[in-house]
Amino acid sequence: MNILANAAKYDVSCSSSGSKRANQAGGLGNSSGMGICHSYTEDGRCISLLKILLTNVCIYDCLYCVSRKSNDIKRAAFTVEEVVTLTLSFYRRNYIEGLFLSSGIFKNADYTMERLVRIAKRLREENFNGYIHLKGIPGASEELLYEAGLYADRLSVNVELPTEQGLKTLAPDKTHKQLIEPMAIVRKRQTENNRDKALIKSTPKFLPAGQSSQMIIGATDESDHDIVRLSSGLYKKYNLKRVYYSGYVPVLEHENLPKLGTPVPQIREHRLYQTDWLYRFYQFTQEEIVNEDNPFLDLDIDPKLSWALRNREFFPLNVNQASYHMLLRVPGIGVSSARKIVAARKFSKLDFQKLKSIGIAMNRAKYFITCGREYMSKDMETKHLRKLLLREQNSKYSTTLTPQLNLFS
Amino acid sequence: MTYLTHDGSFPGILSCVFYAYEHKLTDEVHISRGNVLLPSLFVEKVKVETSPSKAQRVADKVIAIAGKSKLKDLWRASLSEIPDIGTTIFEVIQLLIKNDKQILMDYGHPAILKWIKVLKKISRERHRMTAFVRFELADDDTYYATIEPDFDVLPLIISHFKERYADQKWMIFDLKRNYGIYYDLNKVEVVEPTNDDNKELPIFSIQLNTDEKEFQGLWKNYFHATGIKERKNRRLHLRHVPKRYWRHLTEKQPA
Repeated sequence: MNILANAAKYDVSCSSSGSKRANQAGGLGNSSGMGICHSYTEDGRCISLLKILLTNVCIYDCLYCVSRKSNDIKRAAFTVEEVVTLTLSFYRRNYIEGLFLSSGIFKNADYTMERLVRIAKRLREENFNGYIHLKGIPGASEELLYEAGLYADRLSVNVELPTEQGLKTLAPDKTHKQLIEPMAIVRKRQTENNRDKALIKSTPKFLPAGQSSQMIIGATDESDHDIVRLSSGLYKKYNLKRVYYSGYVPVLEHENLPKLGTPVPQIREHRLYQTDWLYRFYQFTQEEIVNEDNPFLDLDIDPKLSWALRNREFFPLNVNQASYHMLLRVPGIGVSSARKIVAARKFSKLDFQKLKSIGIAMNRAKYFITCGREYMSKDMETKHLRKLLLREQNSKYSTTLTPQLNLFS
Repeated sequence: MTYLTHDGSFPGILSCVFYAYEHKLTDEVHISRGNVLLPSLFVEKVKVETSPSKAQRVADKVIAIAGKSKLKDLWRASLSEIPDIGTTIFEVIQLLIKNDKQILMDYGHPAILKWIKVLKKISRERHRMTAFVRFELADDDTYYATIEPDFDVLPLIISHFKERYADQKWMIFDLKRNYGIYYDLNKVEVVEPTNDDNKELPIFSIQLNTDEKEFQGLWKNYFHATGIKERKNRRLHLRHVPKRYWRHLTEKQPA
C-alpha cells in the first residue's frame, strides 16, 4: 500500500462533494453533496478519499511521472478484493468518504479500464453507497467509459500538461486530442443521460459528481495565459466540475525537466486556483484576468486585487448602491459578504464599522469603496497604492495567511 | 437591569424569555446559566424554573413568525454553551416579535450578527465531528468512538451517522459531557452512565476485534504515504487539524 499510495499522492483532486447518493436498503454509506475532509496531510491537503493506484506498472514513459516505465522503482499491484476490503474497512471506521482509484497503464487502455470498472462494480454490489472517483484511461472504449459512469460518482482524465508542445517534450506518447477524447465521450453520454432522465425517472445515475481533470504546472515553460485558456475551455466545452493544478514536484532527473531541488511553484498554483474561483464564482471572464498583454499572474498579489489595480476607473464603488456583480469585484469582499451587503443595506445605511463586523476585509476593501462620503485612495497613484497594500498584506501574510511564502523568502 | 438564570437547557432559556414578557421587563434583561457568577449588587436576580409548556408557547410564537427552521437555529445556538447565549436568543426573539422574519437578514444588527457567528461556530464543530470521529471495531461487533467537541454537538450529528452507517452498530461518546449516542441497527438512543464514578457502559471496557489494530496500522501508513514531504506545511496542517482533536484521531497515535 505504501508504494501505491505514494505514487497516487500527486493526483490533486480530493473532492468528495457534489454527488448525491442516498444509502439504499440499509446498506453502507452515502454521499451527501457536501464533501468531508476526514483528515489533512502534513502538507495541509485534505484527506477525503482512499487515493491509490491499482498498480504502478506502466507502459508509458512520461518524464514527469514517478511510475514511468524507465524509472527504476519497486512495482506493486493490488488485487480487486484487496481494494474492496480496504475501502470498506476504512469507510466503516469513518476514515474516508470513499475511493479514488487510479492506475498505471498495463497491457493496454481497455484492459486497465476494465479492472478499474470491476472494482467499482464490486463495491456497489456490496451495497456501498459512498463516493467513488475513477480515473478515465485515454483510449478506453466508449462502452467501458459508460459502464464506469454507472458505478462511479466522478470520472477524471488528466490533460497532463497545459500545452501540446509540453506534451511533445515530456510525454511523447500522448497528445491533447487523445486525452480529451474520453471527456468528449463522457460529455455526450451525460447529455443523453440527462435527456433520458427527464423522460424516464428510473434512468440510472450516471456520474452524479461529473468529470474533472488536472494538469501539471511548472514542468514546462507555459504561461498562465496558456493554462487559463485551456482550463476555461475545458469548463465550457466539456462542462467539467473542476480543473485541478498540480505544482510540479521535482523528483526525477532529466535534461527536459526543471532541476531537482527547484521549489514547488506553490504560490503560482495558489494564484491559478484564485483565478479559477474568479471565473467560476465571481462573474469574471478569463480574458479580464490574464490575456496577451498580461500573460502571467502577479505572484505578489491576488488576481482580483491585481485586476482592481489595473482598472481603477471602476472605483470607488458606493456599497450602499453598487450592484451585486460589481460588489463581487471589490478586493476584500467575497461571495457571502456581497450577499450580506445586498441584504443588510435594505435595513440601514452601511458604514465602515458595520462592513467590518459583517466580515469584510477592510484593510483591502477600504481603498476601493465609499459609504457615501469619504474615499480613502482618492488621488492616490496606483504605484503607491500597490505598495501600501503589499506592506499591509506582508506584515499579516508572513505570519498567518500564506505560510508557503516562507519557502521563498 | 434584571438577571434571569436557567438550567442550561433550551426550554430553560425559552422559559426565561417567557418570564421576561410575562413580567413586562423593560430594563436590560440578561439571561444566563444558573451556575454562572453574577454581579451581586444592585441587580435583580431571578432563578426561572424550566416550564415545558411556557417554553412551548414561546417556541410556537417563533415558529408562527419565522418558521420551524429558525426555531431550530435558536436551539442550535443554545448548544454552544456560551454563558450568556440566552441573552442573544432573547434579543433575536424580541426583534422577531417587533418586526418580522425579514429582520434576520439585518446583518448590521449586533444581536443578529452575534447569533449568526455562534451558528457558524456550531456548524463548523458539527462538521468537524462528522469528519474526526474514528471508530474502533470491538469484539461485540460494535464500532466505538470517543470525542471531546468544543460544543454539545452530539444531537446534531445523529442523523448523519444514522444514515451513513445504517448496517453497523455504533456508539459515539462525548467524554467532556459524559453521555453518548448508540445505534442498534434500528434506532439511535442516548446513553448515560448512571453515575460518574461507575463507568459501567461497554465503551469503558471494550475488547478490540482481533483485526482492528491491523486496520489502524494500515490507515496510519496510508496517512503518511499520501503526504508530499516537499510541500510540508505544518502551520496549514495545524489550522485544519488543531491539536486538541489529536487525542481521538487514529492517524495521530504513535505507530
